[in-house]
Amino acid sequence: MSILVFYLEMLAFIFIGGAVLLGMWRLLMGPTVPDRVVAADTLAVVTTASLVWLASKLDNPIYLDIALVYGALAFVAVVAIARTIEGSHSAK
Amino acid sequence: MAIFGNILIVIGAAFLFLGALGLVRMPDVYNRIQAGTKAVTLGSLALLAGVAFIHPAWLPKLLVIALFILFTSPVGSSIIARAAYLAGLQPFTLSSKEKARYLSKPEET
Amino acid sequence: MTTDNSSPETPSPEKDPKKLKQLANQVQNLVVKPYKKRIMPRFRRFFHGLKEQYRKIDIKNEPRQRRFVVATLVLFIVWLLLVGTLSWSEIVVGIVVAAFTAFLSSNHLAFIDNLKFKWAMPLHVLRYLQVFVVALLRANIDMARRVLSPRLPINPALVEVQTQLKSPLGKLILANSITLTPGTLTVDVVGDHLQVHWIDSTPGVDLEHATVAIAESFERHLQEFIE
Repeated sequence: MSILVFYLEMLAFIFIGGAVLLGMWRLLMGPTVPDRVVAADTLAVVTTASLVWLASKLDNPIYLDIALVYGALAFVAVVAIARTIEGSHSAK
Repeated sequence: MAIFGNILIVIGAAFLFLGALGLVRMPDVYNRIQAGTKAVTLGSLALLAGVAFIHPAWLPKLLVIALFILFTSPVGSSIIARAAYLAGLQPFTLSSKEKARYLSKPEET
Repeated sequence: MTTDNSSPETPSPEKDPKKLKQLANQVQNLVVKPYKKRIMPRFRRFFHGLKEQYRKIDIKNEPRQRRFVVATLVLFIVWLLLVGTLSWSEIVVGIVVAAFTAFLSSNHLAFIDNLKFKWAMPLHVLRYLQVFVVALLRANIDMARRVLSPRLPINPALVEVQTQLKSPLGKLILANSITLTPGTLTVDVVGDHLQVHWIDSTPGVDLEHATVAIAESFERHLQEFIE
């Protein structure tokens, strides 16, 4: 029973860690600026979801508020960067 | 209940991983946005549903977070796609030979 | 309160009638007169205006009041979800904060007029949500299949889609739905044409085929509750 829960949690941890690693790879290697912004956006959503998971693991609902504020700030940041690069031809 | 919630969390984490994998595998920005946004949105929704199964008292706040992700994630991806389009990035298309091969052999599910 | 602990040789201004009168005069000149002259009429005008506002309250025909009520309701529901408890103090503070926020943002709420308020509206919203959730699940399974298969079966193209929806809010919701559903991503909106990046453009890249394949199922349901 609890050993099954433990294995499931390990599996989820491996998946989320792999997602963060792949996102970081795209963030570092992305050939164009929009590629990096996409990677940052994806990583922000992954981070929001894993903050919620952390709240569940630590049994502390304060992390839900942190996840919400983090998601809002990341969204504003992505919109700001996108509006900045949309006129420039240096994005290629 | 806890086992069901954990299974949902694993499904969500798997979709997050698939989204990141699509981010790495796809050939150009637009396809990466597609793979990244969709899989990651559904993955985080499934993960939130799993947490709601484990802690039913947190349901209202989880609902707010889920609605927030559901509204902002497509807006963010659309605005990045628009920025890339206005910056002059051409979308990747198959050459006619590849297209003929793709059409003749549809991918079996 | 302590009674009187000032010593007799230093009389306090409260005991000295002359000084007391002077003080009262000062207060009259500095506080009461300006208050009566300037501030009271403002308050009176404000409350009068408030009363007039409430006298002609008419949510059905006055767009400004309808916007205010709808925005207050939505903000209040979000507040309740965030707080998560149902105590009286939270509800009162929530109503005040929601009304104040709706009042502050009243210049930017014109998009609410685009919704069609009817009694059947919740039903249409639910039907639309059902279509949307099914499409979302299909989109993700489809995307997972494409990402996982070693041949990477994609045939991408930029296509144009025509929409019947007139209002900006309707276009926004349609664009969001298109972005979250199988293999499509809204790139730009120009007039009533949406530029869509399509990952599997096998049905055809011209306007009619793309519109039928991408936008129609959403549009049919969206048109019921949005202009």
